[in-house]
Amino acid sequence: MPSSKAIKSFLPFVIIGVVAALTITIAAILYHAKRMAAVTVSKERTVASQATDSAHMRGSADAPVTLEEFGDFQCPPCGRLAGPLQEIEKDYGTRLRVIFRNFPFAIHEHAREAAYAAEAAGLQGHFWEMHDLLYREQANWSKTKDVQPLFASYAGILGLNLDRFKKDMDSEKVREKIESDQKRGEALGVKNTPTIFINNQSVPPTSLNPTALRAAIDAALREKKGS
Amino acid sequence: MSFKSKSRARESTAIVLRRGTIIVYALAALISLAGLADATYLTVQNLAGETAVCGGSPDCFRVLGSVYSKIAGFPVAAIGTVAYFAVFTFATFAAFGYQRAPTFLAVTVFMMFVATLWFLYVQAFLLHAFCRYCLFSAAITFFLTGLIVATPRRA
Repeated sequence: MPSSKAIKSFLPFVIIGVVAALTITIAAILYHAKRMAAVTVSKERTVASQATDSAHMRGSADAPVTLEEFGDFQCPPCGRLAGPLQEIEKDYGTRLRVIFRNFPFAIHEHAREAAYAAEAAGLQGHFWEMHDLLYREQANWSKTKDVQPLFASYAGILGLNLDRFKKDMDSEKVREKIESDQKRGEALGVKNTPTIFINNQSVPPTSLNPTALRAAIDAALREKKGS
Repeated sequence: MSFKSKSRARESTAIVLRRGTIIVYALAALISLAGLADATYLTVQNLAGETAVCGGSPDCFRVLGSVYSKIAGFPVAAIGTVAYFAVFTFATFAAFGYQRAPTFLAVTVFMMFVATLWFLYVQAFLLHAFCRYCLFSAAITFFLTGLIVATPRRA
């Protein structure tokens, strides 16, 4: 039988172990809750916010299925999903239209500047080209201290008017566009990126993979045919 | 080594403390738990990519999303979590009379005090914005520093 002194000498280890285990468990639960929390959107909210006039759209305007993405150009999961989304767009052709909304997080150092670059390119009719380029090159510009010259070089690659691009990046119009996208996202309860809506129904974070997205689009197509 | 001889070996590293000193170390351990909770919360928010941690406060957004919120790509909040856990560990050992624990505790708290002064400077003069979570952490560090300075080192 261990003496009370022996127990006392073990006690600090037990206390510290318990606190460490509790901290890790609570942090894991909190992280899990944040990542897995499905965005719940009320019917009224989705109906009230269907305006797509100022949105960047790719695909047929008459497509029966609309996939709306809220993305942050510096968010790694958004970058990983960008390629598969393009494949999906190609495969579904005229049956799918894709809308992109900016939702840059302040925690990502260059996310806002990247959004400005995409919008500035959009003012010259090249939003999607810049969108694809930013995601493709995400690993490079994300680590760069000063991204402005890099974004200017992307604009050059896309054949944009550089002076106008730089001016537009600082313009009020571009800022307002991003703020309006963010306001829409906030109204819809967007908290993480990427967040995707298919025909105004939020896609749970667990389904943000090519297979589950295709299944959700197929389901939306069946629903449209049935109605 | 038998259980009894192991216990004896540990006892030799321990010292007898006054009740007041034990209470101060126990208090330091308890207070560091509040800092640990604060830093852990910010670390999780950072890892989850969520910045809506300040109820929409733009100042908080600016601080937590600034270049100063990371050191070599590593979130400062995560470093804070490790630091507060270290304080808790050393304070607990110190309360149980472990000889070297007060020195480790004092060194850790001193480093946190210096880091806190730097982050307060960053918020006040470089970012011109304050984050309430960071201020809470600063208050805890100042309190811990006060406790350590006021604690007699020997029984």
